[in-house]
Amino acid sequence: MAEKVLELKHVNAFYKEGKKKRQVLEDVSFTLYEGEIVGLVGESGSGKSTLCKCVLGLLKEYDGEIIHYTKRPQMIFQDPFRSLNPRKTIGWILEEPLKVQGGYSGEERRQKAEEMLRQVHLLPEFYHRYPRELSGGQRQRISIALALLTGTKFILADEPLSALDVTVQAQIIELLRELQEKEKICYLFVSHDLDVVSMLCGRVLFLKDRKVEEYADI
Amino acid sequence: MLRVENLSLHFEDKGKIQEAVRGISFHMQESEILGIVGESGSGKTMTALTIAGLTKEHEVLDEGRILLDQTDLLALSPKEMRDIQGRNISMIFQEPMTALNPTMKIGKQVEEALVLHTRLSKEERRKKAIRALEDVELERPDLLYGKYPHELSGGMRQRVMIAAAIVCRPRLLIADEPTTALDVGTQESILRLLKKLNKKYNMGILFISHNLRVVNELCSRVLVMKDGVILEEGPTEQIFEDPRTQYTKDLIAAIPGRTKSSAFYKLLKAKAGE
Amino acid sequence: MKYRGTKLRQLGINKRKLGKTGYNFVFGLLLTIVMVGLIVLGFLWSPYDPEAMQGSVKLNAPNLVHIFGTDQFGRDIFSRVLVGAGSTLSIALGTVLIGGGIGIIAGAVTGYFGGWLDEMLMRVNDALAAFPSVLLALVIISIWGTGKYKVMLALGIAFIPSFARIVRGEFLRCREADYVISAKLIGVSTPRILFVHILPNILPALLSSLAIGFNNAVVQEAGMSYLGIGVQPPDASLGRMLSESQTYLASGPWCAIFPGVFLVLLVLGVGMLGEGILDRFGGGR
Repeated sequence: MAEKVLELKHVNAFYKEGKKKRQVLEDVSFTLYEGEIVGLVGESGSGKSTLCKCVLGLLKEYDGEIIHYTKRPQMIFQDPFRSLNPRKTIGWILEEPLKVQGGYSGEERRQKAEEMLRQVHLLPEFYHRYPRELSGGQRQRISIALALLTGTKFILADEPLSALDVTVQAQIIELLRELQEKEKICYLFVSHDLDVVSMLCGRVLFLKDRKVEEYADI
Repeated sequence: MLRVENLSLHFEDKGKIQEAVRGISFHMQESEILGIVGESGSGKTMTALTIAGLTKEHEVLDEGRILLDQTDLLALSPKEMRDIQGRNISMIFQEPMTALNPTMKIGKQVEEALVLHTRLSKEERRKKAIRALEDVELERPDLLYGKYPHELSGGMRQRVMIAAAIVCRPRLLIADEPTTALDVGTQESILRLLKKLNKKYNMGILFISHNLRVVNELCSRVLVMKDGVILEEGPTEQIFEDPRTQYTKDLIAAIPGRTKSSAFYKLLKAKAGE
Repeated sequence: MKYRGTKLRQLGINKRKLGKTGYNFVFGLLLTIVMVGLIVLGFLWSPYDPEAMQGSVKLNAPNLVHIFGTDQFGRDIFSRVLVGAGSTLSIALGTVLIGGGIGIIAGAVTGYFGGWLDEMLMRVNDALAAFPSVLLALVIISIWGTGKYKVMLALGIAFIPSFARIVRGEFLRCREADYVISAKLIGVSTPRILFVHILPNILPALLSSLAIGFNNAVVQEAGMSYLGIGVQPPDASLGRMLSESQTYLASGPWCAIFPGVFLVLLVLGVGMLGEGILDRFGGGR
C-alpha cells in the first residue's frame, strides 16, 4: 500500500454570518495516497473552496482532524497570470522555498532552480525572465516547479487548466502525469471539467450538500 | 441569412499591426447553430465582435462584407448599426459576473433593448421582460425583476444575460464562450437552454468556443479557425468522424472524454446532473 | 486576445516608455536634478554669506554683483535662496521619511492583517486626519517649541495618516493575490511577505504618493515659516524669506519672486517626477 499523504477525519467546518453559524462541511472524511490523482468536483457554493482552504492549512476553524503526512501542501492556481509575483524574476520566485528552508548557498539555489526548470521542460534561460514574458502554459509550469521545490508530495491543483488553450491543456496534463509517476506526487485536482477529471483521476470526491461522496474508476 | 465574404481584420497593439482574420468567408442559414472553434489568437472572437458591430470597423477592417439578408452591415452608419444591434443581432459573453451592470436592477437591464428599439409602454416592457426571464427558465421572474445582479448566482446571471439578449427576439444570437466560466451542471443546462431557444424562436446561434466537446453537443455545423483562417468547415459529425487537417485531429485528441470513452465519465456525469 | 505574445508585450511597454506620458518622467527628473543640484551646491558654496548684512546694498534690484538682488538688510538673495531651499528640502525629506516610514509600516500591518488592529489604527488615523495638518503641527510645536527638527517631527506625524491610508489600500488589494497565498504556502515569514513580496508591487503608487507628500511638506514648511512657527531667524528657508519680504513687495519685489519661483520649480519637478513614475511603472499590473 502506498504511503498516506493526507487524511481528513470527520471534518466539520462553519461559516460565520454575523452571529449565525452556517455549516459548510459536514463530516468529511477521506485519505489521499502518494502518487495518485484524486478529483474534487462540486458546484460553486458546495463548500469546495472552504475544503481547499482547510486542506492547505489556510483555515484553522474546523472540527475534526486533518493530518498531513508530507511537507507543506502546495497549490497550483487557476489563473496563471496572477499566481506569480509580477515584480520578481522566475529565478527569484523559484528560489524562495529554498531560502525559506535555508542552508543553501546562492550558487546551489540557482543550480536547483535551473534543474527544476528542466524537469518541467522549460529552458534554464527562463531563470532571468519575468512572469509577464511567459505564456499561460509556461507560467503554469513555473507554478508546478515552485511547488516541487518545496519538496512536497501533495499539490492541490485548483482548476489549473481552465485558463489554458486545449492543446496547452494536454501538455500540462502530460506533465502532471509524468510527475505523478516519477516523483510520486499526489494531486487533489479541483475541476468542473468532467472529461478531464474522468480521464486523469482514479478517484473522484463529489462535494454535494456539504458532504463528500467518493467514486472510484474501476 | 448571414453571409461573411472575404473578411479580413487586423488590430493594432501598441503601434504594431497584427493580422487577426485573413480573408474568411462563411454563411449561416436561418435558425442554424453554427460553431466556431479555435484557440486564443485564432481570430474567432474578433470575427464575432465585428459581426455584432462591437469593433470600431474603420480601425479593424481591411476588406470584406458581412451581409445580413441583403444588407451589408459594414456599410451601415453607426446609427443604422445600433438599430440592428439588439433587434436583429445580439451577443452574450463569457463573463457573467462583469457583463451585467451591478448598479442596475435585473428588470431594467433586460428591458434595455426594448427601450432602444420599441415604443412599448412601461407596462408592456415589463411584461416582455418577465416573459424573457421565463423563457430562460428562471423561477419567479416577477421577483427577480426588482433584484440586483449581486443577489444572483453565476448561472442565473448568465441566464439574465441571455434574457436581455433575446428580449427583442433577434434572428441571430452570438455567444462567445458563454459556458466557460460556469460549473458543469450549469454548463449543461445553459446549453440545453440555448437549444430550446433556437427551436422555439427560430433563432440562429453563432457559438464561439475553444471547447470542442461543447460544440459537439450543441452545433450542427462547425468552422475550425486557426491564425485567422478557416482550416475546416462541415457538419459537426463529419468534422469529428473524419477530420481532414492535423490541427483538427489534435484538437479532437485533446478532448479527454473521447480518447477514453469511459463508464467513469458517464457515472460522474450522471452524478453531476442529479 | 487575452494572452498576447511575449514580444508584443515587451514592445508595448517600450513603446509606452517613449510615449506622451514619458515626458512627465523625463522633465520631472531633469528639473528635480537641477533643483536638488543647486541646493547641494548651496550647502557647499554660496557667492556670499547668506547671513552677512551689507548696509550699502539694501534692497538692490538684481544686478551682476547680486544676481537675485539683495533684501532689506543687504543680504544676497541668491545665496539665501540656495541655503533656504536647502533647509526647506531637508525638512521636507525628513517629513516624508518620518511620515512615510511610520505610514508604510502602519498601512502594511493594518492592510494585511485587518481585524481589530486595523479598526483601532484606522480610527487613530481618522482622528489624526481630522485635523488640518498645519493645525496639528501647530499643536505639536506649541508643546515642544520651534526649531528645524521639531518642524520636521511635527509635519512628519501630521503626514502619517495620508501615507498609511494609501499603503493600507494597496496591501488590502494585494493580500488576497494568488502569489501572496503561494508565498504563505511555501512558508515565507510574514514580514518577508509584507516587505519583500508585496511592497515592490505597490512601489509605483507609493513613490508617487511620496512625491506628492514631499511637495505638500515643502509647501507646509513654507506656510509654517511664513506664519513664524517654522524655521527661526536668522536661518533662511523659502517660507521665511517669503514672509519677510511681504513688507517690501512694492519696493523690492525680487525679494519675494525668486524664493517663490524656486519653490514652485522644486514642487513642479518632484510633482512631475511622481506622476511620471506612476505612468511609467504603474501600468504593469
